[in-house]
Amino acid sequence: MEQPIISIQEATKVYGGGFLASSKPFVALDRFSLDIFESQSKIVTIAGESGSGKTTLANMVLGFTLPTSGKILYKGQDVATMTREQRRTYRKEVQAIFQDPYEVYNPFYRVAHIFNMVVRHFNLTRNKQEAQQLIEDALNVVGLRGDEILEKYPHQLSGGQRQRIMVARAYMLRPRLIVADEPVSAVDASLRAMILDIMLKLRDQHKISFLYITHDLSTAYQISDKMYVLFQGTTVERGNASKIIEKPQHPYVQELIDSIPVPDPKLKWDTNITLPSEEVMRMKSSVGCRFYPRCAKHMDVCTKSFPEYVKVEDDHEVACYLYK
Amino acid sequence: MASDQKVLELNDLNVHYFTPRGAVIAVNHVNLYVKKGEIVGLVGESGCGKTTVAMSTLQMVSAPGRIVGGEIKIEGQNIVNLPEKELRKLRWSKLALIPQGAMNSLNPVTKIKEQMADGITAHEKISGAALRDKVLKLLNDVGLPERVYNMFPHELSGGMKQRVCIAMAVALNPAVIIADEPTSALDVIVQRVVAQTLLDVKNRLGVSMIMIGHDMGLLAQMVDRVAVMYAGNLVEVGPVGSIFEHPYHPYTQLLIDAIPSTKQKKPLKVTEGLTHDLRNPPPGCCFQFRCPFVRDACRQKPPEFKQMEPDHFVACVQYN
Repeated sequence: MEQPIISIQEATKVYGGGFLASSKPFVALDRFSLDIFESQSKIVTIAGESGSGKTTLANMVLGFTLPTSGKILYKGQDVATMTREQRRTYRKEVQAIFQDPYEVYNPFYRVAHIFNMVVRHFNLTRNKQEAQQLIEDALNVVGLRGDEILEKYPHQLSGGQRQRIMVARAYMLRPRLIVADEPVSAVDASLRAMILDIMLKLRDQHKISFLYITHDLSTAYQISDKMYVLFQGTTVERGNASKIIEKPQHPYVQELIDSIPVPDPKLKWDTNITLPSEEVMRMKSSVGCRFYPRCAKHMDVCTKSFPEYVKVEDDHEVACYLYK
Repeated sequence: MASDQKVLELNDLNVHYFTPRGAVIAVNHVNLYVKKGEIVGLVGESGCGKTTVAMSTLQMVSAPGRIVGGEIKIEGQNIVNLPEKELRKLRWSKLALIPQGAMNSLNPVTKIKEQMADGITAHEKISGAALRDKVLKLLNDVGLPERVYNMFPHELSGGMKQRVCIAMAVALNPAVIIADEPTSALDVIVQRVVAQTLLDVKNRLGVSMIMIGHDMGLLAQMVDRVAVMYAGNLVEVGPVGSIFEHPYHPYTQLLIDAIPSTKQKKPLKVTEGLTHDLRNPPPGCCFQFRCPFVRDACRQKPPEFKQMEPDHFVACVQYN
């Protein structure tokens, strides 16, 4: 059995609830498990609405926060107990792209500074010439030329250029995994296609896996291989991305897919949906299914314990009592 | 449904931002009208001037921006260069705005009831129980429970705050509501609830709306007519059905092709090229640097609007 590059085992993150805390602890992510293997590069989508635990997961994979319980293993080594040297390799091989390409730059430095800093920090090259070459290669992968942009300041670049530069910076370190936290939700349609296209290219030609965090199921459908749908910290449906979107099983995922606006004026939404009141939404049971208060098909058993994962077809599992 | 009466007309509107290195032409000869009870969707990429059109309609373009030409008519009355005192009376009562990121536009230290009452009392002589009833009715109209009346913005979710903003916009029964990306930053289910609320309010009050957005999918669900904008210019205007069926302008085609689908997998369409510097537009068509069908004629003079189908106009050299 091959060792996964990243293995998340029952990772749980709980905020609050300490010794002196007045409020109840908040479970941001509940027993999340995921393996990504090096031999088959994949784009894994983590989908969910705001507050579903997507970003908590990203922060844990990037090593910014540690799980309250459970483990995150990087090539078999627990991220929490790494030595300095191991952590350095880990930081190099797991890279991140963030949501807003306008906010990640320091406006005082030219673009070249971003690349030079990375080269220096990780001692990537022996001399300046090699460094130049490395930077140029990375920029070419995302369709940019060094002489066009390296001497510019961030405000002189378009949104698409900025986001591509971030991808180039991540790629330069030859990572095994890139955590992309909503990389396209702040850019408009034509740029979106460009960034997603680069992600596909990196996956296929450079064997880089992605953890693609998004609330947009339609782009996930276009590019991703595997998908995990989160709802208030729990994984409600997981498996092959196309299968989930074509045949959603969980009532939440069905509602989610039904709510994507159809770009056809002849097919208008025919049903109205109503959200329950705020108290009901916030009153979440910590044992049963989290979707219970909003679910049209809820049953008494749903509040007793969290449903087991049921395999509805090959590579497609759902956590719901409707499927037994 | 929409009648023929034009509630809002923008005639040859020009807005420039005056910078030390020349004027940025943000809105260039824009002609647009909104009929009674109609929703017009204004789409285009970021930086194309959508929000500037909205803000200039309210006469709230911030410096260094200025309306340099054209007229804006509300129910027949031209409001360009109206004194500030007159404008204050018009805003909110005739022309209401649901701002971009409306959820962050509420004052965090006052209760919802005070914020809503504030706008109403500025325009109407109303107080006490009548005011309270009015606010409660507005909240009820957008599907919010009564207790929201006594709450602070931080106690509400994003979708609820957005609905409070809708309630505030319809408070004085305006002729036109300008909704600037009313559902961006909301996730799909909440987006749908807010969109339903908007449609419901529109149908009941017969108000007209300009809806700004870049999500063609959402616009297809909501609007009656679409106006496509590129680099400060309108390039295509038409009924929503006709636009989606026959997009004539290459840019509109691109926008529709770029909608990611959940029905079929298709290769991603990548467009190269940058928008020109808005300070210094090229002669000819504004889309020439990114257009896949560009030819010599495009670089000569700007294309004229031509009617292709009933009420469906396009400005492209191919059809001139």
